[in-house]
Amino acid sequence: MNEVYSINGPVIKVKNAKNFKIMEKVFVGKQKLLGEVISINDDHTVIQVYESTTGLMRGEKVYNSGEAISAVLGPGLLGNIFDGIQRPLYSIFEANGAYIKPGTNVDCLDMKKTWNIKMKVKTGDYIRFGQIFAVVQETSLIEHRLLVPKNVIGEVIMAKPDGHYSLEDVVVQVKDKNDTIHNLSLYQKWPIKEPRPIAKRLPLTIPLVSGQRVIDTLFPIAKGGSAAVPGGFGTGKTMMQHQFAKWCDADIIVYIGCGERGNEMTQTLDEFTELIDPKSNKPLIERTVLIANTSNMPVAAREASIYTGITIAEYYRDMGYHVALMADSTSRWAEALREISGRLEEMPAEEGFPAYLPSRISQFYERAGYVNTLSDSSGSVSIVGAISPQGADFSEPVTQNTKRFVRAFWALDKELAYARHYAAINWNLSYSEYIGDLSKWYNKNISTDFLESRQRFITILAEENKLMEIVKLIGKDVLPDDQKLVLEIARVIRVGYLQQNAFHKDDTFVPLEKQLRMMKLILYLEKSASNILKEGKAFSLLQKSNIFEKIIKVKYDIPNDNLDMFEEYYKIIDESLSQIR
Amino acid sequence: MNLQYIGLKEINGPLIFLDNVKGIGFDEMVEIRLENGSVRHGRVVEITGDLAAILVFEGTRDLSLTNTVIKFNGKPMEIGLSKNVLGRVFNGIGSPIDDLGPVYVDEYRDINGEPLNPVSRLYPKNYINTGISSIDGLTTLIRGQKLPIFSGSGLPHNDLAVQIVKQAKLTGKDADKFAVIFAAMGVTNDVANYFRRSFEEAGVLDNVVMFLNLSNDPIIERLLTPRCALTTAEYLAYKHNMHILVVMTDMTAYCEALREFSSSKGEIPGRKGYPGYLYSDLASLFERAGIIKNAKGSVTQIPILTMPNDDITHPIPDLTGYITEGQIVLDRDLHRQGVYPPIGVLPSLSRLMKDGIGAGYTRKDHQPLMNQIFASYAKVMDARSLASVIGEDELSTTDKSYIQFGKYFEKHFISQGMINREIRETLDLGWKLLSIFPREELDRTDDKILDEFYNHEVAVSQFELNDDLIIKELSNEEN
Repeated sequence: MNEVYSINGPVIKVKNAKNFKIMEKVFVGKQKLLGEVISINDDHTVIQVYESTTGLMRGEKVYNSGEAISAVLGPGLLGNIFDGIQRPLYSIFEANGAYIKPGTNVDCLDMKKTWNIKMKVKTGDYIRFGQIFAVVQETSLIEHRLLVPKNVIGEVIMAKPDGHYSLEDVVVQVKDKNDTIHNLSLYQKWPIKEPRPIAKRLPLTIPLVSGQRVIDTLFPIAKGGSAAVPGGFGTGKTMMQHQFAKWCDADIIVYIGCGERGNEMTQTLDEFTELIDPKSNKPLIERTVLIANTSNMPVAAREASIYTGITIAEYYRDMGYHVALMADSTSRWAEALREISGRLEEMPAEEGFPAYLPSRISQFYERAGYVNTLSDSSGSVSIVGAISPQGADFSEPVTQNTKRFVRAFWALDKELAYARHYAAINWNLSYSEYIGDLSKWYNKNISTDFLESRQRFITILAEENKLMEIVKLIGKDVLPDDQKLVLEIARVIRVGYLQQNAFHKDDTFVPLEKQLRMMKLILYLEKSASNILKEGKAFSLLQKSNIFEKIIKVKYDIPNDNLDMFEEYYKIIDESLSQIR
Repeated sequence: MNLQYIGLKEINGPLIFLDNVKGIGFDEMVEIRLENGSVRHGRVVEITGDLAAILVFEGTRDLSLTNTVIKFNGKPMEIGLSKNVLGRVFNGIGSPIDDLGPVYVDEYRDINGEPLNPVSRLYPKNYINTGISSIDGLTTLIRGQKLPIFSGSGLPHNDLAVQIVKQAKLTGKDADKFAVIFAAMGVTNDVANYFRRSFEEAGVLDNVVMFLNLSNDPIIERLLTPRCALTTAEYLAYKHNMHILVVMTDMTAYCEALREFSSSKGEIPGRKGYPGYLYSDLASLFERAGIIKNAKGSVTQIPILTMPNDDITHPIPDLTGYITEGQIVLDRDLHRQGVYPPIGVLPSLSRLMKDGIGAGYTRKDHQPLMNQIFASYAKVMDARSLASVIGEDELSTTDKSYIQFGKYFEKHFISQGMINREIRETLDLGWKLLSIFPREELDRTDDKILDEFYNHEVAVSQFELNDDLIIKELSNEEN
């Protein structure tokens, strides 16, 4: 029997063991702490333990399980909140109160609850891995499609009728060509570190619309794409992830709180339960899976939380849904890798991070994609990963390595956050490589004006950036009037467009149509104002007319459901400018 | 199993190694008895086969390989607690040092605590009135929050901590169930006395529990001090339904103790020699702040740390900022100008305030006022940096009005001395200061709020701006 030989925090060693497999799930000690085998040599086996090892003794037994650490996939995931190794926090709460005690053994999904399923196959049908064999209304928003598990291919020899079943009930039996019988129940297991297979990757041509102007307009992300949000503390990373999770047009949200604050996860849970999705009038939580491994929970489980989350995301993708996964924050995950690597006494690379950091990061982001699924539908997983760079220094390893594997980069800026300009995305440092792939969609579904106006915005902001260099040296007053106008229009864009108030009922989510109209209105103001200047009128007259302030407040003054009001504002611009003439 | 072992295999810094031990648990407490009868305490930090590494809290001085008897307690470190701890003074590992004898024990608790289940937390919403304008108004402290003070050597963080402890009060019905736990790590005797004296003078000592690990106390004890303090806090909060404010100073000394411990264990260092798990370790302290569902008490934390060389990107403030819910940053320039409390408003932040202020908590205009002050004060900084290049005289009138606002804001709002201000006074003062500006400059606030609170005339008379050129110039330009 295998026994604990050495203990160092979450890392334990077992001597002279032969029957362990790499990445196998094991149970450690009397308390049956959950662990995973991470390295094996002829002398000893190294196991990382996902729970606190306080009180663990040398000589306690280590039990094999024979299988890899897996996610349990089935109805009941949505609306639930799990820790990093997919133990439902509500069940833990019921089992041992306010604190999470080590060795808590609870089912990942409620095995007793029954679900009303509708069968999609009948006896005699031929089915294979990835196909849909039954459906169940998981929440009022989402139909859960039960997929044939891995390695199952053959003829249905038994299919139960529609009706209520619990997760463990066998509803379908399949006989394969070797005459082996496979029992299909309502759930399946999938190893969290193994990507779920797909039929084919598709090009990314549709944006993931979030209603956040600076993202949708300037730095969009495609469905199936990946984006990184780096920012020092206090720059609003989490707020940004929340806004994105609330409003983006994905069907399913997987939100991973990885090594972050407990109060924040409570807030996410409260908010998502209360918030009503505008499209369906149902609480957002009905399309959301939350994973919370807060900073004080065991560090090894933090490492696993990212994989648990992405596996669940892929599972819903395989049903044909668009899934958006938020990971807050990937830096904590990288630090968990570093901590465990340090305990294993591996040779460190940059800043103590292990040499395999880049490959782990790429493996994670590469699990995003827009795909044809094995069930002949299409779905996507988009990833938005927050990064907490040490000292807000973007040259640190996690930011740099992530930059290589994501195509949208939303850099959060301390200065903007200090001035309470949210979302504090710095337009000079951020980029999106998706814009080319998405241009067709914008032209077809919104208007060809959209990208043109966007380009004009970028030009004005770049020009402002240049002019500010001068202004910093000699002040604004000495600039010629046309350049003063550029600065003023840039201010209108910054304050009236890029800055967005998450707590305002209309401004928190802005449809693309309104974004376009706002852009056009601002550009109309720019054109009219520059005409006035050309007629020889002084810029100070323009400023006095107060028209800029009026346009800045358009974001609040025109409700999302009354876009016709924009016409009035064109008139207001004309009128106030004609007074100057 | 209370087996005793005689003799050691190795002594290295604060660590001792023991061979041929059986049946001991990870993190278990040990008692080390010396020849002269004195007892020290330690903890098992690593087990490899029959070899155990033990961290000795009081240091390994006078220990030899043969003169010790070691007893394993069979359980992690615990602290004995009852309501009688209120008003008492303990050392860094929870033994009384106030000559009042041992404390009656109602319950023993493991000082390491356990991670709080996020679903059992209640999202903090109710604020704590500190009577300090720049905190109450701009970085409001919420019950159950962890809000650190980032300071530097020579800055008056101790005065600020004392002022907060003296003035802090709750609003609402359970205002009387309030107590403060004070954990000092590596502070000098003077500072510890200053705190004790100040609490005494303010007559709050009966509601304060002090844990003192002074700068000449064993360094490794420091690793336990905050844990003892927080365990006491949790006990009082959740068993006796009290609202507890935990003030911990100086976290930098704690982190340095952790670094020393880590390097003597031979661990691979991360940034600046601090162990890679510094983040997780700090989180295991800070995350113990909060409110539990169904409990009537709360644990609020104000950790104080001195930023080495005033560098906010140093690993200690950096990692702290990522865990805590905001930060209050003290500013050396303001301090030099004689502003007290020298709170650097722009880098300071309270993440939880948005849900704990406004109608029903403070006042409905709180949020807009705060946003506007931050936006305007950020522009003050721009105007100042411009003025430092081209001179104040060359500034535009708008920029001059910002310089003006900045001056008055620092003089009247931030600088308040030891005075206790009600939240109402703070908010009114804020509006008066903003009213220095012409109304158009307040572009973050909507008209309804401005109609009610903006009053230029009051500002002019209050700050005696009548003779001031600024206002004249501004109105000239508009004509």
